[in-house]
Amino acid sequence: MSEIRNLSRRGLLGQMFSAGAFVLAARVVPQRALAAVSYGAGANASEDWHPNLWLSLSPDGTLTILAHRSEMGTGVRSSLPAVVAEEMDADMSRVHIEQAIGDVRLGSQDTDGSCSIRLFLQTMREVGASARTMLVSAAAAKWGVPVAECSAKNHQIVHASSGRSLGFGALASLAASQPAPDPKSLVFKNPADYKYVGKDFPITDLDDMVHGRAVFGFDAHMDGMLYASIERSPVIDGKLKSYDGAEALKVKGVRQVVTIDHSDPPWLFKPLGGVAVIGDNTWAVMEGRKKLKVEWDPGPNGTADSVAFRAGLMETARKPGKVVRNIGNVDEAFTRAAKTHEAEYSTPLLAHASMEPPAAVAEFKDGKVITWAATQNPQAVQETVAAALGIKKEDVTCHVTLLGGAFGRKSKPDYVAEAAILSKKCGKPVKVAWSREDDIRFDYYHSTAAMYLKAGLDDQGKPLAWLQRSVFPPLMTLYDPKAIYPSFELSLGWTDVPFDFKNHRAESGPASPPLRIGWLRSVASIYHAFAVHSFLDELAHLAGRDPVEYLLASLGPDRKIDFKAQGVEHGSDGKDEYAYDTGRLRRVIEIAADKSGWAKRKPSKGRALGICAHRSFLTYVASVVDLEVDAQGAIRIHRVDTALDAGRIVNADRVRSQFEGAAVFGTSAALMGEISFRNGRVTQSNFHNHPVARMSEAPRETHVYIVPSDAPPAGVGEPGVPPIAPAICNAIFAATGKRIRELPIRKTKLA
Amino acid sequence: MIQLTVNRISRSFQGDPEMPLLWFLRDELQLTGTKYGCGLGLCGACTVHLDGKAVRSCQTPMKAVAGKKVTTIEGLAVSGDHALQAAWKQHNVPQCGYCQSGQIMQAASLLREKPHPTDADIDAAMDGNICRCGTYQRIRAAIKSAAAGKTASSAELPEPEFEELATSRLPGLQIHLDKAGSAPLPELVTEEAGR
Repeated sequence: MSEIRNLSRRGLLGQMFSAGAFVLAARVVPQRALAAVSYGAGANASEDWHPNLWLSLSPDGTLTILAHRSEMGTGVRSSLPAVVAEEMDADMSRVHIEQAIGDVRLGSQDTDGSCSIRLFLQTMREVGASARTMLVSAAAAKWGVPVAECSAKNHQIVHASSGRSLGFGALASLAASQPAPDPKSLVFKNPADYKYVGKDFPITDLDDMVHGRAVFGFDAHMDGMLYASIERSPVIDGKLKSYDGAEALKVKGVRQVVTIDHSDPPWLFKPLGGVAVIGDNTWAVMEGRKKLKVEWDPGPNGTADSVAFRAGLMETARKPGKVVRNIGNVDEAFTRAAKTHEAEYSTPLLAHASMEPPAAVAEFKDGKVITWAATQNPQAVQETVAAALGIKKEDVTCHVTLLGGAFGRKSKPDYVAEAAILSKKCGKPVKVAWSREDDIRFDYYHSTAAMYLKAGLDDQGKPLAWLQRSVFPPLMTLYDPKAIYPSFELSLGWTDVPFDFKNHRAESGPASPPLRIGWLRSVASIYHAFAVHSFLDELAHLAGRDPVEYLLASLGPDRKIDFKAQGVEHGSDGKDEYAYDTGRLRRVIEIAADKSGWAKRKPSKGRALGICAHRSFLTYVASVVDLEVDAQGAIRIHRVDTALDAGRIVNADRVRSQFEGAAVFGTSAALMGEISFRNGRVTQSNFHNHPVARMSEAPRETHVYIVPSDAPPAGVGEPGVPPIAPAICNAIFAATGKRIRELPIRKTKLA
Repeated sequence: MIQLTVNRISRSFQGDPEMPLLWFLRDELQLTGTKYGCGLGLCGACTVHLDGKAVRSCQTPMKAVAGKKVTTIEGLAVSGDHALQAAWKQHNVPQCGYCQSGQIMQAASLLREKPHPTDADIDAAMDGNICRCGTYQRIRAAIKSAAAGKTASSAELPEPEFEELATSRLPGLQIHLDKAGSAPLPELVTEEAGR
């Protein structure tokens, strides 16, 4: 339950709001979580009340709602404010959405992990219901009628029996004098009366986006700013030996050549270091950079090789690892099996490759930094920039622009720190806009993974025993270079495999990465779902059973799985209300199978269906892929049918669009995505050698079916990705008899 | 000095004639609707019209645009929406929105040449424009809607007055910069801290 306060009389919001504005604020994070934060001279943090969400209503009726999460394409900048408007019965066309700066007092702004709606839906309802209650009370007092006779309707309060009405704006100053209601007393709108929530509504930035007016990090501008292009060591952790900027300085428009210090591991979000060319426009500094003469000491990673790295992970996966989940006795059951089957799967490094490369502009002035950045995490910007410059994070103001895609890369603000460091060195605002080559070569890569699976089968082909082992470097290496075992990543499709097997063991092996790794949209679920659901499909075909029937049989009876009770440390990131419900997974499987016409379709030569069902970020998803492999081995994905159960949703159209997009993102990862490295240097550089799916390669049609649900809200941005690669590979097997065990698929000749 | 017309306004350029048009538009004219995506003509994010035809502005040096007419996303419709912009809104095409300027400019060029494109025409014309969010099926649907005349639009308006454009462009950018950021919180914080 949120704590909501009326701040209208505080009187210091006047620059933003006209006189008489009604301002409500809510706090949803526990006070103790903030107690350690210092708020400046004279403040007593433990006594202060720090709202993390707010709205204001001006006398002209404009309703301003703060968006504190970053917009990277999910529509969240519109969805959360729409929930407030819904509970108030406000008119969205009169809502102004204000993007928040980074501030720890707002609670988590790390727009990551598909959790914005999950964490803030209820708070937004409470803020909206509180505001509506106060407006109703204000109108009732003005008219001298009982509160119960008044109601909110389309941005006004109406008194039905007398036909009187007053607009929200006219009531703003009166509402400002009302006490904030006790949250426990709030009455919420009947979902049957919703105008926005659960329905389709356009995002607030739509018109700006189609007219080129939307401002991304790459577009941010500060008066008098200079541009920078930075040459970095081609090998991670390589150090600058020498440089000569004389030729670069001869390029017209180049003003300075300066260095950024090398950062030692742990990488965190620290800048890599390098030699920066500073000048008057992007072209000048890019041209100047080509003229730099730089020598690097490649350091400890100078011989790293991605083929050897993948082989090393696979070698580890063949050996017993750390047991992370155990049911029954797998080893004993293998001895009873009529048949055993084993397989090895591997997936490559992936780059985020958002269409907008990392970009930020920053100004260091009088010991403080102001930055405009395309960032998923403005508080991490404050911390990272502060650490880089040796200032307090409270002295870093981070404005958040729109993000031209992000997928996890823009949670890591190394590029913002570069801009701030360079501004300090140059004495002017500096814009750092990475080239595509910088983006591909200096990513925090989604890691390579290797997985080994073995099943012992009875004479019907049903698993008596199931062993699964995965090896990949932990994300924790960003913070602790000595970390070798994953932790929470295992809950992403590995220790939460929902099959009803009596003997089931999951293991995890150690690994260290020779470059920076990080999280990418749907994270470890990408490779875990690929291995688990490819292997299950293999078993179905071995048993001569239909893959959907075999999948449903493996899922067992509908039940809720308590991973903790099984002794699993990282089993599921859900609380009780989010316990893994196999009945919900079954339902999306049945819907996807039905809508794709699975039962009626017979595989013909070269064309077939494949299925995968996977829960991630607490959302249940099943996808069926219909594809064709031609005589030359070219793949054409005709159709994807995706069914999902994400609990309560806010903007149905944006949910559909996320799953449509996930089918394309998953297709890129399945068919073509791969980063390799040789002598420590990343081989790829741009879209010619790091292709992503284009229109003709993407699924021609993706149909999305949303299960109507009153369950608590779950994730939407990521869960659509994991089922795509295994569903594609399972369809390829059904169409060609070729089993893909190594991604990307383009490495396998299908003709 | 290179003279050209950008969105019906006469412009001049005195810098490096090898500089791609993309950077003249973005860094000098502040027309940031045209995006950088790859710098090699591989992704289409920088697509503009040169004398009415789609080109990649990252691959078009300033020396090649002397005396020519350039149209960017900001100038595609003089006021209101081009048929494609209306269709893009009708289908809620954009996710992050970054590549959409280039997509729309490419599609506008396609429709000028082929008012009723087939699926194969759409594939051929649009395959050079990458959308990492994966909005392709809505792009296809929007192009078909626009081609079928199913969207209300104010496309292809007559040449406007010079002043009208000159005054409407830069303030628009400024307003949006204000919208994208946030001012109020520090004031709230100050108040809280001083309490």
